Amino acid sequence: MSPSRAAWGCQGLSVRYGAKLALEDVTFEAPAGTVAAVVGGDGAGKTSLLRALAGTVRPAAGTVRRPPARRLGYVSAGPGVWTDLTVDENLGFAGRAYGLSADELDRRVGWLLDRTGLAEARDRLAGRLSGGMRQKLALAMAVAHEPDLLILDEPTTGVDPVSRAELWRLLASSAADGAAVVVATTYLDEAERAATVLLLDRGRTLLAGTPDEVLAATPGLVVEGAARPEGIPSWRRGARWRAWSPDGSAPPGTSPVTLDLEDAAIVAQLREDPGRAA
Amino acid sequence: MTHEEGLESASGRPAGNSGRQDRRPARPASSPVGPLAAADGATRRFGELLAVDRVDLAVAAGEVVGLIGANGSGKTTLIRMLLGLVAPTAGRVRLFGEPPSRRTRARLGYVPQSLGLYEDLTVAENLAFSAAAYGGSEAVLQGELAEARDLLVRELPLGLRRRAAFAIALAHHPDLLVLDEPTSGVDPLQRARLWETIRASAEQGAGVLVTTHHLGEAEQCDRLVVLASGRVVAAGTLDEVVGDATAVEVRTPTWEGAFGALDLAGLPVSLVGRTLRVPGADPGRVGRLLADAGIQAEVAPVPASFEETFVVLAT
Repeated sequence: MSPSRAAWGCQGLSVRYGAKLALEDVTFEAPAGTVAAVVGGDGAGKTSLLRALAGTVRPAAGTVRRPPARRLGYVSAGPGVWTDLTVDENLGFAGRAYGLSADELDRRVGWLLDRTGLAEARDRLAGRLSGGMRQKLALAMAVAHEPDLLILDEPTTGVDPVSRAELWRLLASSAADGAAVVVATTYLDEAERAATVLLLDRGRTLLAGTPDEVLAATPGLVVEGAARPEGIPSWRRGARWRAWSPDGSAPPGTSPVTLDLEDAAIVAQLREDPGRAA
Repeated sequence: MTHEEGLESASGRPAGNSGRQDRRPARPASSPVGPLAAADGATRRFGELLAVDRVDLAVAAGEVVGLIGANGSGKTTLIRMLLGLVAPTAGRVRLFGEPPSRRTRARLGYVPQSLGLYEDLTVAENLAFSAAAYGGSEAVLQGELAEARDLLVRELPLGLRRRAAFAIALAHHPDLLVLDEPTSGVDPLQRARLWETIRASAEQGAGVLVTTHHLGEAEQCDRLVVLASGRVVAAGTLDEVVGDATAVEVRTPTWEGAFGALDLAGLPVSLVGRTLRVPGADPGRVGRLLADAGIQAEVAPVPASFEETFVVLAT
């Protein structure tokens, strides 16, 4: 990772839809050759951030640094493919839209069909693909022109674990080839694979950094036990309870756990809004 | 284990079918009716397609069982058989000790992934409608959901919609809960709160069957049943399912090159931060591939994650 490599991203970014502030003062960096995860639930602001990075919404405040549109790949949430076109036609359409020559297009389409395992389905209508195959096609279309910045909005939602592993392999492959990859997800265990994580909640940054930095920055102590600890915020993990001890002491009957991102995110949400501890 | 031994269909399978694991824990001898939901050699064929192939599954009172499978694994067909929407072509399915019927259905709470709410009705109207349909009492709404009782469901954020669907499914105190992707799309704290509700139901004696694509969710379950191509390929606790499965971990300053070399060789390599992992691979082979590509790396076998184990089992 030489420091001269470009880092795309945003600084102090806010996005407003009418009276609604969807994103507030978010700073985020997506260095070339890495995968960055943007995590949050429904309404957290993930899509607003991705759209602003892609240049499809205008920031209300702050700055965005992105490559020219022709060097950008974007996979929106939802189908992201033309369901009435075949797999081949979808890829051809995307490639030509990005200005690939006929030769380049042939080479890239062959490679992408091979890499995504879609070669056998090349003549099938995209509308007849399974969810996982459709997402792989959408990803293949977004990387047909080998973009510098690849943005994906929840590519693995509703996708089965086998296809999910394949999708992440394709993302990693783009990063290995030098692209900055930004991927939104609702799942923290998925974010653990990324080089950096940004957790959004109601439009604001709750956590940011490498997974290790995020874990190290969690204050207090997370403990676990068989019974619900009294007096401190708690949540379930399987048949057991977990709880956050802000002062770092383990209540009787509990023991400290090795923190994961799911715990760190829950603690961050509890700190942001103690009213939700109930 | 079950008190009725006869098979419903003509094509019975031999009892004690070998080659398949059955790690169901022994139920207490005092239990009068056995499991709340049971599939015994359940099989469903659609023409040429064998969607579900001799599946054994049991959900007992008080336990949370995770049904995990890729697309096309037969998960949906199995659930539909348990709900009584599809009949097995061989083997047997029981709900509360009898064939699924309208009567058994009333003791079951089901939350589909689509939630099954009427979007043009308010939360309160959805509740009243469901209570009338089940003949039970209306759910008592709490907290944010109580404040939202007069809002149209379509106006609610996804987290509240999910909680409304749960409240409705639980209102008639079902003995068995069937939940499809119960926490999809919500934030970590809302996910934790939904699991608190699921766990509370189990602790009050309900059996819970959860299907999910999200393997982090599997950790919340007491027991897992892993389906692939219509068959049970693993069953037991998370630790039992993962067993001694390993992945190969590759640490190198130049992960990009190592990734390319292993990917090109067709290995299912994944990137975690700046470390590479190859589930189910031979460390020697990984080492040779990297050496041939002129890449210096530390290569070591490590315990596989559940997700890695699943992908190896399912492919």
